[in-house]
Amino acid sequence: MLQISCPWCGTRPEGEFICLGEAVPPRPDPAALSEAEWAAALANRANIRGLHAERWWHVRSCGRILTIWRDTVSHAIVPPPDGTAALEVKP
Amino acid sequence: MQRFSFLSLARNALSHHEGWRRAWRSPPLREAYDVVIVGAGGHGLSTAYHLAKEHGISNVAVIEKGWLGGGNTARNTHTIRANFLRDVSIRFHDVSVKLYEQLSRELNYNILFSQRSMIDLIQSWGKLRDLRRRSLAMALHGPAYDLISVDELRRRIPAMGDLSGVRLPPLAGMAHPQAAMARHDAVAWSYARAADARGVEIHQHTEVTGFLRDARGRITGVETSRGTVRAGQVALATAGNTSHVAAKAGLSLPLVTRNLQAFVSEPVKPIIDVIVNCPDVGLYVMQSDKGELVIGGGTDPIPSYRQGCHVATFEDVVASLVELFPRFKALRMMRQWGGAIEFAYDASPIISKTGVEGLLVSTGWYGGFKSIPVGGLTYAHLIATGTPHPLAEAFGLDRFTGLRFLLEAGTVAQR
Amino acid sequence: MTARRLARGGLVDRSVPLAFRFDGMDLSGFAGDTVASALMANNVALVGRSFKLHRPRGFFGAGHEDGIMVSRLAPRPATNQLATVTPLEADASYVSVSTWPDARRDVGAVAQWFSRLLPAGFYYKTFMAPNWHLFEPFIRGAAGLGRVPDPAWQPVSESRYGDCDVLVVGAGPAGLGAALTAARSGASVMLVDDGEGPGGRLVSDGIDDGGWASRTFAELHTMASVRLLCRATVWGYHEHNLLTVIERRPADAPDLDLRNWKIRAGQVVIAAGAHERPIPFADGDRPGIMLASAARSFLHRHGVLAGERAVVFANNDSARGAALDLAAAGAAVTLVDIRPDPGGTQAAMLAGRGVTLVAGGCVLRAIGRKRVEAVQLRQADGRLSTFPCDLVAVSGGWNPAFHLASQTREARSVWHDDLATFVASHGEGRFRLAGAARGIFEAGACIRDGVEAGQAAVRTLGRTGPAIEAPDLDDPFVARSVAPLWFVPPRRPGEKVFVDLSGDVTTADLGLALREGYDSIELVKRYTTAGMGVDQGKSGNVNVIGIVGALTGQATDLVGTTTFRPPFVPVEFGAIAGARQQARLYPWRHTPLADWHLARGAVMYEAGLRWQRPGYYPLPGEDGKAAASREARAVRNGVGVYDGTPLGKFQIKGPDAGRLLDLVYISDFGKVAVGRGKYGVMMSDDGLIMDDGVAFRLAENRWLLHSSTGAADKVHAHLEQIMQVHRPDWQVSILPVTTQWANATLCGPRARDLLAALKPDFDISRAALPFMGMAEGHLGTIPVRVFRVSWTGEMSFELNTPARHATALWEMVMAAGAPFAITPVGSEANHILRVEAGYISTGHEVDGTADPYDLGLGALVSATKPDFLGKHAMMMRRALDPERCELVGLLPGDPERSVPEGAPLTPGGDKVGQEGFVSACVRSVALDRVIALGLLRRGRSRMGEIVHARVRNEIVPLRVVAPVFHDADRARVRS
Repeated sequence: MLQISCPWCGTRPEGEFICLGEAVPPRPDPAALSEAEWAAALANRANIRGLHAERWWHVRSCGRILTIWRDTVSHAIVPPPDGTAALEVKP
Repeated sequence: MQRFSFLSLARNALSHHEGWRRAWRSPPLREAYDVVIVGAGGHGLSTAYHLAKEHGISNVAVIEKGWLGGGNTARNTHTIRANFLRDVSIRFHDVSVKLYEQLSRELNYNILFSQRSMIDLIQSWGKLRDLRRRSLAMALHGPAYDLISVDELRRRIPAMGDLSGVRLPPLAGMAHPQAAMARHDAVAWSYARAADARGVEIHQHTEVTGFLRDARGRITGVETSRGTVRAGQVALATAGNTSHVAAKAGLSLPLVTRNLQAFVSEPVKPIIDVIVNCPDVGLYVMQSDKGELVIGGGTDPIPSYRQGCHVATFEDVVASLVELFPRFKALRMMRQWGGAIEFAYDASPIISKTGVEGLLVSTGWYGGFKSIPVGGLTYAHLIATGTPHPLAEAFGLDRFTGLRFLLEAGTVAQR
Repeated sequence: MTARRLARGGLVDRSVPLAFRFDGMDLSGFAGDTVASALMANNVALVGRSFKLHRPRGFFGAGHEDGIMVSRLAPRPATNQLATVTPLEADASYVSVSTWPDARRDVGAVAQWFSRLLPAGFYYKTFMAPNWHLFEPFIRGAAGLGRVPDPAWQPVSESRYGDCDVLVVGAGPAGLGAALTAARSGASVMLVDDGEGPGGRLVSDGIDDGGWASRTFAELHTMASVRLLCRATVWGYHEHNLLTVIERRPADAPDLDLRNWKIRAGQVVIAAGAHERPIPFADGDRPGIMLASAARSFLHRHGVLAGERAVVFANNDSARGAALDLAAAGAAVTLVDIRPDPGGTQAAMLAGRGVTLVAGGCVLRAIGRKRVEAVQLRQADGRLSTFPCDLVAVSGGWNPAFHLASQTREARSVWHDDLATFVASHGEGRFRLAGAARGIFEAGACIRDGVEAGQAAVRTLGRTGPAIEAPDLDDPFVARSVAPLWFVPPRRPGEKVFVDLSGDVTTADLGLALREGYDSIELVKRYTTAGMGVDQGKSGNVNVIGIVGALTGQATDLVGTTTFRPPFVPVEFGAIAGARQQARLYPWRHTPLADWHLARGAVMYEAGLRWQRPGYYPLPGEDGKAAASREARAVRNGVGVYDGTPLGKFQIKGPDAGRLLDLVYISDFGKVAVGRGKYGVMMSDDGLIMDDGVAFRLAENRWLLHSSTGAADKVHAHLEQIMQVHRPDWQVSILPVTTQWANATLCGPRARDLLAALKPDFDISRAALPFMGMAEGHLGTIPVRVFRVSWTGEMSFELNTPARHATALWEMVMAAGAPFAITPVGSEANHILRVEAGYISTGHEVDGTADPYDLGLGALVSATKPDFLGKHAMMMRRALDPERCELVGLLPGDPERSVPEGAPLTPGGDKVGQEGFVSACVRSVALDRVIALGLLRRGRSRMGEIVHARVRNEIVPLRVVAPVFHDADRARVRS
């Protein structure tokens, strides 16, 4: 059971959150992509074994969606290596 | 291949079993093979066996990072079934069950295939509708999936408790008599032995660290922890880690890896004869030949390669267990583990060429033990002929580029 | 008599005798005994049979490393109770497991005659013809330990959360030292020990600490920041420093059998001690042969001397303590030490205290079947002799118990030459090992090491752990200069050298596995089942690794170790569940009208997302079908009312609310006028339908969005992701208001008449309140918000009121409706009505594969919006795959013939691939016949065609018609 730091609420147990999976980039404009690129953006995932960014919805508290960096092997949560804040969405 | 039988066992008993030979060789790693299969689990070994058997391609190396059968083949709960909804899925898995039925004799290795039926407990009207649809679809193709009454449920699962107090009292059941279990390790070992006997080489403790490519970008081999190996084709069978390995070839796939945990009790005398599956609450339980109750539920809700225990998911499964089987409250969990399973975007398998020439994948098995024989059969066909096996035409990666998903509701894993 | 209770010593209470039965024998023990110690005290040596070969077995360890199980017949019937840790109870009755008629005369022992045919993995080589199923029942029946009783004891359990700055595992010398310094630093401490009291090895090895352990424990007991758990075992070390602990018979809760703790610890000190390992030799599994530490523990904890003529067989110094203790307790002791020169002047000292030393000797084989009677001994000079004895106490060295550290995956285990075993590293700042758990065995050094670990732990918390006054302890004999001896090779083939007692695995089995190519340690273990038994390899694991190394000529540390997984000890399922029950984890949701429905005789069931809703309201003598038909007819002919409360409701607010709806719905919402609503279909971006519903524009920037009941959570998550991730710059918020409102939906041709009778203070005329219109006002004193939506094919008014007015509104509706013969309507009637009207339903027609065009909703797709979620994917898919399954109506040739929902449609009804399926089938009250909806390949172009449903062996012909059977022009809905 993970402990997740919410920038609004502090460190909270995993049960307050819902995991929304890998932090995929914001939805691209479909008109700007080829069909193959669009299909790949929809379905493909990096599915990284190791450190990756993922989104959690703090549904049973503040309601915000945060991005955290978690190692998918050890489950350790670390500060964002790229320095982004948890509530920022990186394009 | 040294023949196994009661007679050979008895003969060897005289010499205190000193006369048994290696089940597979441990040859030196050569520089080149026609086909390199990455991953010596059930699927990789089955594929190698079928390449040699049906297609005469035996210049094959199966390369394994760890030990043979040590990935998901060692970590599943050994259930074999064919209760699916879509025509292609039913046919595919029906063939798998039939291959499994013959496997011990075909490979001359007892995989302890035990066709003991699976009973799905139906605890909601919505699930009844879903499973009835599945049942009627299956009736088109052969495997049985029959509605049974609550009385019949009680008769076939006498260990179940008084159900009056449970949140979702069973409304009915579905009995799937073709469902079976088998000794999971033995499946890998039997294929390894049979493939080896046909000339396939198995190289354990050899990690693929990269791919060789020619000027056109075609894959021409693999870099391994033990040196470079050239190959006509490289076929991945690396369940759980396919995204990780494919990324080394610059390939991105529609996969998510999650942890699926299971656990066993201390062994007890026979008390459950069938495989009990409860899709409404996320629980299955069966009893191994050794007497352990083998229990599992749904996948953990987060991407993970940890192969461990997610406490919240685990406790939910146990709560469901003791609600339906209050007699098990004083029994004890003895061992617990997790497997890293891969879900494709539509939760159906992928047996396919890829956008990288010379590289093929077999993945998305979200619990692929049930599919090992047919997965190997069809993957070998694709590798050998370059065209999909008729049973597996629907399982290509092209379905994602065309967004023509093969949506298939599984059992509890897909709840 | 050989094993016996001593007159003095041990922690048992000799003033409280406890009578008990075992395998039909009437016996007696004392309070403070375990089942094992009581049986030992009664000189019952043969207490069980081995798993596979049914060889006679006695106690080998004195704790969790032992494998002897018993069934308890009374009180509280339960099986698989580990005898060495199960407290003896007064008047209890126990039997051995998997024996018949009992352990002494077990018939299953015939398996030993065939043991040559039963090497490791014998079953892989035979039982193939005719098939395994024929043999399996016999193997299954022979396997397994106890039988689950019926009725079975259901332990009363709870689970509980805890947290602390420092969790200390083990209250032996190291753990006590760590806990005391951490506690004195002011940190909050939990100290967990699996014994009845503190001390660990200080007690079981009888080390005189001058009362230090008790004093320390007492001091800790007085500190408010410390919680002490006895009879509690840490069984799992999970991510983010969460540890799970099973506490048996908690001291603070006499009514509780078990408690499962989930403890989040800042720091963890693992002072779990070490497990002694055996030196396997031929027939070394006979009753009367045990670990030296077990003999010592029985002596010091329970006052039981395990034998009178003892051979202590060792390769290290620690066994000398056992030898001296046994001698001091009155046994004749011979110490066989494989080391030729086990330390200078020791022989004289040992002789002076009654222990004969055989240096450089070796025990080759045990003699005696049901109990060890002698051992075959090889002296240093090679002479063989038979040496009578009734106890063999073995010590092959000690394995630090770093299981918990291993569970974290952070600790690496490395080979330690002097100790001839694996030791583990500390973790990455979250835990450290102390004392014997990291290979420091001398008790005084353990205390000091524990203190250091405690200090290091609190240092990370910014505290200073003070030094503590540790006593000087006399503990000279601990495992050091261990001469590794993984097993004594048998002198003749066929002699059995057991390396894993609970799995019945011999060295020959390991050799066979290696010979057959199962040569990696994991393969060896899986092929032979070594380490898979009830002790999970606690005593045999390192020996297995050592033997594999010896047989393959590899250095032991290259053979590899294995990862330990939870649980460290077996844990009761009842304890893990605690008070968790499905019914408590997932409580039903009830509308405020649940009691009203029940009082009306409603049959309730789930309507999605755990909402309980009336299925139908049967009249006396009426079955479900008849009730549903009657209710449906009432709606068609007069007026009905149903409880639409569970429908998902979300308020969407902000200047960009319209943009949001335009993005998530396929239709144009931006143009909807205030006070009007619109039906919408929501797709995921992959072009598949996610939900359908209606959104009303309450004000310029405020909307109320309805989702279907079961999809509410999914819709909520979907919208939040769009707002927070994909359109964070938009000014829009979402608020779920499902339970704020209760609902009474009036439907039927008389609905407006009824509403008029309710005396609304607002205009309900068709002009003022048209279909998809809304109004706000009062019915009498009750505030309502009225929406004109329909899912029944009749004129319909959804009356919504704040939840507190629910019952009042319904009472009022029912009273005013009496002249119209108003009828409450459940989900079943609703289903009939919506099928007649051709409205789609999630879970039926929306089965995860259909898009809006497939369901005949193409007209709703906006022609002007360049983009909305799912559009691009839908269009791509349709272009590639024009042969879609489309929604059609289906009429069985026989108007009374029902088709099960889900029945496949196949060409000609043949058993071939599906061309669609029947999604819904009801007996229509409007048409007085069976009607159905279905999805059929190219369905819309096949009107009038006869298609076939295949229902197992039956073929049902169906005529394809338009998917609307009632109010095709929607005149009634819009009236």
